[in-house]
Amino acid sequence: MTLSWPKRFGLLLLGPVLAIAFSVAISSIALSASGNSPTLAFTQMYHFGTRLDSVISMLNRSIPLYISALAVAIGFKMNLFNIGVEGQYRLAAVVAAAAGAAVDLPAPIHVLFIVLVAVFVGGCWGAIPGVLKVTRGVHEVISTIMLNTIATGIAAYLLATHFRAKNAPGDLVIKTKDIPKSGWFPNLNKILDKLGIDVVTRAPGSELAGFLFVALLLGAGFYLLVWRTRFGFDLRASGVNPGAARASGVDPKRMVVQTMTISGGIAGLVGISQLLGVFHRYTIDFPTGYGFTGIGVALLGRNHPVGMALGAMLFAFMDRSAQILDLNGIPKEIVVIMQGVILLSVVIAYEVVHRLTEIAELRAAAAQTAAAHAGAQVAA
Amino acid sequence: MAVAVEHRQKIAAASPRSRPRDLVLFVAGAMLLLSAVRAWTGADDLTSFGTFSAALRLAVPIGFAGLGAIYAERCGVVNIGIEGMMILGTWFGAWGGVQYGPWWGVVLGIAGGALGGLVHAIATVQFGVNHIVSGVAINILGAGVARFMSVIAWADSTVGGGATQSPRVQGDIPHVSLPFLGGGTLFGWHSPDALGWFTRHDWFFVSDIAGFLRAFCADVSWLTVMFLALIPITWWVLWRTKFGLELRSTGESPAAAESLGVPVYRMKYAGVVLSGALAGLGGAFLVLEAANIYREGQTNGRGFIALAALIFGNWRPVGVALGSALFGFSDALQLRQESAVHALLLFVALGALLFALRALYQRRWKVAGVLGGFAFAFWLYYVTTDQVPVQFVFFTPHLTTLLVLSFATQRLRMPAADGLVYRKGQVQ
Repeated sequence: MTLSWPKRFGLLLLGPVLAIAFSVAISSIALSASGNSPTLAFTQMYHFGTRLDSVISMLNRSIPLYISALAVAIGFKMNLFNIGVEGQYRLAAVVAAAAGAAVDLPAPIHVLFIVLVAVFVGGCWGAIPGVLKVTRGVHEVISTIMLNTIATGIAAYLLATHFRAKNAPGDLVIKTKDIPKSGWFPNLNKILDKLGIDVVTRAPGSELAGFLFVALLLGAGFYLLVWRTRFGFDLRASGVNPGAARASGVDPKRMVVQTMTISGGIAGLVGISQLLGVFHRYTIDFPTGYGFTGIGVALLGRNHPVGMALGAMLFAFMDRSAQILDLNGIPKEIVVIMQGVILLSVVIAYEVVHRLTEIAELRAAAAQTAAAHAGAQVAA
Repeated sequence: MAVAVEHRQKIAAASPRSRPRDLVLFVAGAMLLLSAVRAWTGADDLTSFGTFSAALRLAVPIGFAGLGAIYAERCGVVNIGIEGMMILGTWFGAWGGVQYGPWWGVVLGIAGGALGGLVHAIATVQFGVNHIVSGVAINILGAGVARFMSVIAWADSTVGGGATQSPRVQGDIPHVSLPFLGGGTLFGWHSPDALGWFTRHDWFFVSDIAGFLRAFCADVSWLTVMFLALIPITWWVLWRTKFGLELRSTGESPAAAESLGVPVYRMKYAGVVLSGALAGLGGAFLVLEAANIYREGQTNGRGFIALAALIFGNWRPVGVALGSALFGFSDALQLRQESAVHALLLFVALGALLFALRALYQRRWKVAGVLGGFAFAFWLYYVTTDQVPVQFVFFTPHLTTLLVLSFATQRLRMPAADGLVYRKGQVQ
């Protein structure tokens, strides 16, 4: 028995709303206890975070988080935990950067080539835990965590040896060669201009990353793959009831390897937005941590492309708007606590809501049966 | 014949506990091989007292967290959040150490980790959140809490420290040496150092073994002693007490346990909080024993390695201790001597070859082939290179884990209801 949609929608939103409220409460306590004013902190964050340059920065920051969440979510759909997105995207980014700098192709093909290299490397690295799981029974949580460190080591080794560009005198940054301009991803400022948003005067220097399009396409593709294809059906079936899926002819081993490969392939794209849009090369301080935050975003968005987009934007907004806090002498690390509390309370809230839904559904069903029963008696 | 072999394997799979005699033989065999490689390559630090002593020191934090993980998983709760609890242990350990001295650091480190465990227990036991999901969230939360508290506690402090590190902890956890064996003092009298005398000679195997044993007898921190004692204590608690029986039955079949009157929720709370406390103790050890200071990222994935050690050790204390020793050893080698890591390649090649021969004898052709391939690959790597790139050395323990798990998981058995959400009154 299903509930009416306003009820379902309300229950769906209840979790995140409770979690955000709870995290605001906890962080207010933490701020007050450390002698800071929560109201000042949150109003500052709001005013700074809603400026045009902050909004553009927020969108840019949300791209890698969103892609990372998609990578994690496809595994989650069949109860596979790909904790290895971190290693997958770092290895993919360093190889893609080196490959992109090594070739000279016309513009769109060059970008496509780099993207494909990243997907390929991420996919191959992601396949390893899948293969280990089905052939050797190694749990993917452990193997992906180990492979993260191994990938980090290999990436550092490649960067320091084979992929390293010669430094100009006085330049100590360890980096790959620059990707030529044909391999850069154009920004979306022109489109913003057409929409009547004057970036040049209102947010000078800001660029809206063109990879936003790719992220949106990936989200749409994720939806189609999971809810509109045979593969997606098998995937969800394996997640909900592996035994039944197997009985209906789904090969669980093949599903595991395929899903981990796809997950790794998506993960390969996590670093590409910044590689092709901002840095154009891989340096020793290429941003890290998206893999783990992506897990959080996937949890927050309940593995749904729209939910994860909102989750990614929420986390990105918090990261960006916290930058103002230090200027006011408030430790900006408060947002890390907020994010952690949101995560933990949202999973608890989802579980509570799930139980409440169950009870409501049982009641609704009971009421209907009783009504039908009464109706039958009246008719008799 | 094949049937007999299969039968033997089945028995092995059903009762994969190692007897003390097997353990001693295994360690002695590994030591013999190690001494042979040491003598052949001249990489003296492969079996030196310094290496083993460092290995023990590096193994202890992993070991504490790993022993803790036994309590959590034996009662059926998977604890990926151990890394976060360890981070809390490092922060609270450092804070306690800075404020009140090292022993208070130990106490507060335990308390910090236990707090993380309590959060995990509330989420997983009370609210039935997926264990891995909750663990991942706790890891993120633990790192965030440590960072925020560092800013508040130390950013403006006058005694040093800042957003990513603490001031120095004053004072040490005392160290101890056994009399006669490790040259300890007896009522103020400096006793002879028998094992040290052996290590100063270059007798094949004997000196190597002496170096190994002396690591446990000379200059050992009291926290390390606590860890070594905790191995048999954990075994005794889990397999010889009522509490242990109830804890384990909760992890095997919560419905059956509950029907027999075991307070399932309470056992799970106890197991997870204990696990957090021990992870916190591991974190405190890192701060108080290894560095005398808290640094952000100090745990560096050791909580995850502890989980690997847990699986490697088949959810048993001695196995977990062996697993953490393995990590400690490969970690110690990279710190002590780079050529020793290169020599380790030869050791791995020979070890893989031995296991391949055993598989051949057992007629497990495929396993023998794969292991032989590995032996050849490591040997080839050894003879064609002079050293292992430093970036590779860095992930030696992790690669070792992956290889060991790839070859050993067939014989492992985790608690039957491990990782499953149980709701009070649930049937099956």
